[in-house]
Amino acid sequence: MKPAITFSAVSKRFGEAVAVDGVDLVIGEGEFFAMLGPSGSGKTTCLRLIAGFEQPTTGHIEIFGETAEGTPPWRRAVNTVFQDYALFPHLSVLDNVAYGLMIRGMAKRERHAKAEEALALVRLAGFGGRRPAQLSGGQRQRVALARALVGEPKALLLDEPLGALDLKLREEMQEELTALQRQLGLTFVFVTHDQGEALSMADRVAVFSEGRVMQVGAPEELWRRPASPFVARFVGGSNVLEPDAAELLAGRRAFASLRPEAVRIGAEGRPARVTGASFLGGQVRLTLDVEGLRIVALLPSSGPVPAVGDAVRADWSAGDLHLMEGGE
Amino acid sequence: MSAETPAAGGLSEALWRRPGLLLLLLLTPPLLWLGIVYIGSLLALLAQSFFSIDEFSGLVQREFTLKTYRELLTTPSNLDILLRTVSMAAAVTVAAAIIAFPVAYFAARYAKGGWKALFYLGVMLPLWSSYLVKVYAWKLILAKEGILNWAVEGIGLGWLLQAWLSLPILGGNSLSVSYTGTFLVFLYVWLPFMILPMQAALERVPGSLLEASADLGAAPAATFRHVILPLALPGVVAGSIFTFSLTLGDYIIPQIVGSSRLFIGQAVYAHQGTAGNIPLAAAFTVVPVVIMVIYLWLAKRAGAFNAL
Repeated sequence: MKPAITFSAVSKRFGEAVAVDGVDLVIGEGEFFAMLGPSGSGKTTCLRLIAGFEQPTTGHIEIFGETAEGTPPWRRAVNTVFQDYALFPHLSVLDNVAYGLMIRGMAKRERHAKAEEALALVRLAGFGGRRPAQLSGGQRQRVALARALVGEPKALLLDEPLGALDLKLREEMQEELTALQRQLGLTFVFVTHDQGEALSMADRVAVFSEGRVMQVGAPEELWRRPASPFVARFVGGSNVLEPDAAELLAGRRAFASLRPEAVRIGAEGRPARVTGASFLGGQVRLTLDVEGLRIVALLPSSGPVPAVGDAVRADWSAGDLHLMEGGE
Repeated sequence: MSAETPAAGGLSEALWRRPGLLLLLLLTPPLLWLGIVYIGSLLALLAQSFFSIDEFSGLVQREFTLKTYRELLTTPSNLDILLRTVSMAAAVTVAAAIIAFPVAYFAARYAKGGWKALFYLGVMLPLWSSYLVKVYAWKLILAKEGILNWAVEGIGLGWLLQAWLSLPILGGNSLSVSYTGTFLVFLYVWLPFMILPMQAALERVPGSLLEASADLGAAPAATFRHVILPLALPGVVAGSIFTFSLTLGDYIIPQIVGSSRLFIGQAVYAHQGTAGNIPLAAAFTVVPVVIMVIYLWLAKRAGAFNAL
């Protein structure tokens, strides 16, 4: 994997507050890379460090082999899709898309032709004459995307670009974005707080918490083999067992995670009591009390589902109980 | 409704059921005020300017004629007054826009909490004291024995001030009796009216637009030209309407500070007062109105209101 963007021990402080705390990252060329974390975890600051809107307090950032520190945003080969889209209200859609080309001094006819092409790429051909205010949220999102792509950046930075869209539109855009990324083969760095979004779209995901990178890996790896209780809870909604409990169940003293869908309810296993149940459509989410441990299980709603208060037996394969290296 | 409903409740409910009635009640007094007292008197003024004065009797002849306008636009001294006032208003407006921009930009972009309060206080404070007091204070500041002259002499730049004062038109015996002095006082008195609308316009420009511009390759100068300035333009236009029209209409400042040559406001004052030539006074006041209409039309054509 050829590195596109490299973070080496990067920290960013705002006064007393530490936003990014010693982050090391390598983002590969042509990769769809997601930065996932709760709000205030430092993921957006990392994106802004790449774009050049912030400068690292310490550490070193390299963008396509060039040192990023001291390079202003307007000389960086990356473009950003902003969370609020940041479309220029006084310009038409076409002029918004052509803005970067206009700044570079491209002739009007040529840049408008290129902007039309970019609008067609995001399925907005013919919308060039409108003003941003006349577009829906989803359309503005596409204009912002076209504007960032038209200048042929080496990497595209996306700051929670789907956060303001409603669910159906968001799912559509997720598919479109991944398709677009494959089609262009461009490096995408995607910031989100939605783990589903990160897992479904990205080649690799970095999980952020309190300014640190907790784990970097392919979605499936994060899902199955979380390195720490935080990742287990945040990414997968996994059951996290305290070292005491894990020692009892697996014989080793370490934090352990157990996927809710790996829990089986049947005739075998440990005695348990159902303390809660919620219907999620295709699945039912059960809260179980297994010998004093609170365990969440996901059962297909098509099969038999015990009622709240029932005494059942809960079982899982030894391999599903994943012991984690990291502490709390 | 039942008879037990209290009277106040009845009124509230009646208005709640008919929101249009409430709107009518709220809007009638201001509309009457604006419509009759303000627009009405403006129309009366316009009508007056198409009457003329009889040179022998000194009485206003209530017949439609363009004679007054001919007098306004062909008499050299009247033309001088128009030119003088319009040039002064334009100069004050341009200078106010240039000075106000950095102040407004700082307040909108960087000032937070205490700094913002300080900004508002600093800009508004001069508006709280009497206009006459300020103008007389400036007369003293600009006088030959005033503090400005003293300070300029003190830092050894007296020769520069003397050179400036010896310029034709702009200069004079001292700053307080020159057009430069009038200009400085106008600039000081009307500056807040330029800063506040500009700041309001800049405040509405989200920071992410500036970042987006930089992200797309624009250096700060290009961002200023292509993003900040166009978005600040409605504020600049609003501010310039204030500074321009206030300068056009003022008759106190040029009377106290400056050469004794007349401005439109003073001419209006003189014609409607001692001379009793109401039609000519009215024609004089129509000029600023026409200028403002043309200015707004040009600003609209230049796209100043596109971002609104």
